[in-house]
Amino acid sequence: MSAPIEMPKWADTILVPAISVVAAFLIAGLVVLSIGENPLTATRYLLQGSLGTGEGLGFTLFYATDFIFVGLAVAVAYHAGLFNIGGEGQATLAGLGIALALNNLTFLPGFLLIPVGILAAAAFGAAWAAVPGYLQAKRGSHIVITTIMFNWLASVLIVYLLVNVLREPQSMNPETRAFPEASHIPFMHEVFAWFGIAIPSSQLNLTLILALVSAYLIWLLIYRSRLGYAIRVVGSNPAAAVYAGISPARITVIAMVLSGALAGGLAVNELMGYQHRLLLEFTSGYGFVGIAVALMGRAHPVGIILASLLFGILYQGGAELAFEQPNITRDMVVVIGGIIILFAGALDGLFRRLVAHLLSRPKLAGA
Amino acid sequence: MSPAIELIAINKSFGTVHANRDVNLRVERGTIHGIVGENGAGKSTLMSILYGFYEADSGEIRVNGAPVRIRSSNDAIQAGIGMVHQHFMLVEPLTVVENVMLGAEGGAMLRAGEAKVRKELARLAQDYGLDIDVDATVGDLSVGLQQRVEILKALYRGADILILDEPTAVLTPAEADALFELLRSLKAQGKTVILITHKLREIMAVTDRVSVMRRGEMVATVETADTSPPELAELMVGRRVLLRVEKTARAPGAPVLDVRNLSVVDTRGVRRVADATFTVHAGEIVGVAGVAGNGQSELLEAIAGMRPLSLGSIRLGGRDIPLSQHNPHRMRELGLLHVPEDRLRMGLVPAFSAFESAILGFSDEPHLGPGPLLDHDRLIADLAKKMEQYDVRPPAPRLKTSNFSGGNQQKIVLAREIERNPKVLLVGQPTRGVDIGAIEFIHRRLIGLRDAGVGILLVSVELDEIMHLSDRILTMCGGRITGERKPDETSEQDLGLLMAGVTDEAA
Repeated sequence: MSAPIEMPKWADTILVPAISVVAAFLIAGLVVLSIGENPLTATRYLLQGSLGTGEGLGFTLFYATDFIFVGLAVAVAYHAGLFNIGGEGQATLAGLGIALALNNLTFLPGFLLIPVGILAAAAFGAAWAAVPGYLQAKRGSHIVITTIMFNWLASVLIVYLLVNVLREPQSMNPETRAFPEASHIPFMHEVFAWFGIAIPSSQLNLTLILALVSAYLIWLLIYRSRLGYAIRVVGSNPAAAVYAGISPARITVIAMVLSGALAGGLAVNELMGYQHRLLLEFTSGYGFVGIAVALMGRAHPVGIILASLLFGILYQGGAELAFEQPNITRDMVVVIGGIIILFAGALDGLFRRLVAHLLSRPKLAGA
Repeated sequence: MSPAIELIAINKSFGTVHANRDVNLRVERGTIHGIVGENGAGKSTLMSILYGFYEADSGEIRVNGAPVRIRSSNDAIQAGIGMVHQHFMLVEPLTVVENVMLGAEGGAMLRAGEAKVRKELARLAQDYGLDIDVDATVGDLSVGLQQRVEILKALYRGADILILDEPTAVLTPAEADALFELLRSLKAQGKTVILITHKLREIMAVTDRVSVMRRGEMVATVETADTSPPELAELMVGRRVLLRVEKTARAPGAPVLDVRNLSVVDTRGVRRVADATFTVHAGEIVGVAGVAGNGQSELLEAIAGMRPLSLGSIRLGGRDIPLSQHNPHRMRELGLLHVPEDRLRMGLVPAFSAFESAILGFSDEPHLGPGPLLDHDRLIADLAKKMEQYDVRPPAPRLKTSNFSGGNQQKIVLAREIERNPKVLLVGQPTRGVDIGAIEFIHRRLIGLRDAGVGILLVSVELDEIMHLSDRILTMCGGRITGERKPDETSEQDLGLLMAGVTDEAA
């Protein structure tokens, strides 16, 4: 029995997450202080490295592209009441799909290779997510358990295939041969160069645009479409879905398929946009970052874009920081990321209650 | 003698809502004091302040004449105030003794505490006639006995003043009578009882004095002997209300819903409905009376297509419904609409805006938007119009569904279903948690629908409602239909027997 937490939308979507981030940085600052480094200097390196240079900004946005896709993937499932932990495995399989399509369908005209690669990524990611979705819908196997298992399956499957099947015979590295030139998604600096504008080169490529378009389409789907309506009914009130004639089982499978397809975007960005070949562990655990991103962005596409930027800054700036200040290792940067996740996710309710309380004060006095 | 409870100028606001405004209340020692008011009138807030869930923004609480500050339920218990909640706070797998001990174990080891509880329970049983098997598992007890455990818990903790929040909502008529008997014996022993209810009949039957709340204010406190249900209703609503909507006799038309030998077995293999056969005609309200949990819910859900039939068949408007079409979607298309029993769990999505809840079950209708999309402006305009027709307050289609009061939520559901011109309407508990003013409105709508030729199957645990609205009454007990009556040829006692499973054949 407690009063419902009601507050203006701006406070809910901007103020509370902002407070969480600030609090997280304060605590992280204490951690930095405790190992004898100056937190202000560290913050300066972090921001300078991620936003201060054109190159750094490019890398920040490149990481953000990854995080937008996996964040959206987690969010779509979340709206259907599902916790998809399997972004990592789904992205891995999407990478396999890209490699199989691009290195085997070479007879296709060049301009088709990019769309075909993207579709292959979406299809493989979707298929890998559909199995846990089906098991949840029809057999009641818990999606958290099955998607974790599918991460491991994907990880050993890709090792087996790269070592034994897909590796170039003359190569020592467990990776495929390079994808055809026509399938490379243009780097942003190349695109700008076409228009005669020189920007520093980085891994950032046009997949960022695809990520932003996806974010808009997912917003349209979730908040404005009949299917999105059904997804939210199932996620928010399964009994009401049954009453309404919406099949929770069907929606569960559909939401997981969409989620897996979105996770495939990570593979598109990393492989078609940057590596141009399939290699081991290209997902770098970003599939899990997607959970934090979706949580922090409150499963809303705009929030996810903002949270992705923040994590992009953290990853790129953190790399610079570790380089400039050897005392602060990459592991320390992971700790800072963990603190942010803790504050944005687990402790979110703490600040929400506090803010709601503070905001309702003036009204009481005025009443 | 100073009063048991005195509340002076209590104020409490939640944001912009002034839930309690300068509320004064005086409850004399050794009396049963009723508090009535519509949903949202501030009764629950006031009792929550008294029991320490909320702290008042201003005002004073006096217990037995002495000012006290109650900041938690522990403070309340210290002050001798006990509360029996509408939803029991019991641990079902534990025994009665263990539940009573919970939170008052008296040390790390249970043995000494347990002996004390047993002794004390024996005394209470003797003093108040509160007889109960103290070693029974609470989950196995009937709802009425579980409520006794709650009362025992409060008394064990030394409560002199007992607050009961809608205590009869879950009881059969006989259990309710037993409860009132118990309240009278508590009063005889000098305890003070505060009874919160919306059932005026209970107020008249058991209280000494009654206070009426409306929109956060205490509008009157009267001697029960000097008042009447119509007067109380008028005080609650602020205008004259009809407690009983008149309806004219009407010859029923052709059969619109035929249910034959319907049986439902739930997922755990328990038979919930057994061999139900009946017909609903056009322009007829068929009421199903029964104590909650006797298969009425499952009956409605099965007819609506939400549960598979294990046996039996359904005919709708003269056509057989094949198994393949027996789903909520198809049944809606065929003109069978459904106002579900539990609107927050099924009929609405509490987290959605009202305009989104207002298309639940119909989100595929082509006119709601272009292609795969929903046109929000259109949904909002549609609901705004319905809110005006159904007097939904506030008329704000964008407001979150959970922020409407029960009565207004129910009106949103009714508007959604009725405005789609049903041939048959299934209605479950249409006025549960709905205030008196809205009850009158809802009853009028249902009778209007019946007069327009719709066949209505009404399930309600409120016998009054069944008696007022129905053209025919079916009674259910243990999943079986135990009898059929005309409302003018039966009585509450007669129906009560049928609801308890004493069938015509057995009698």
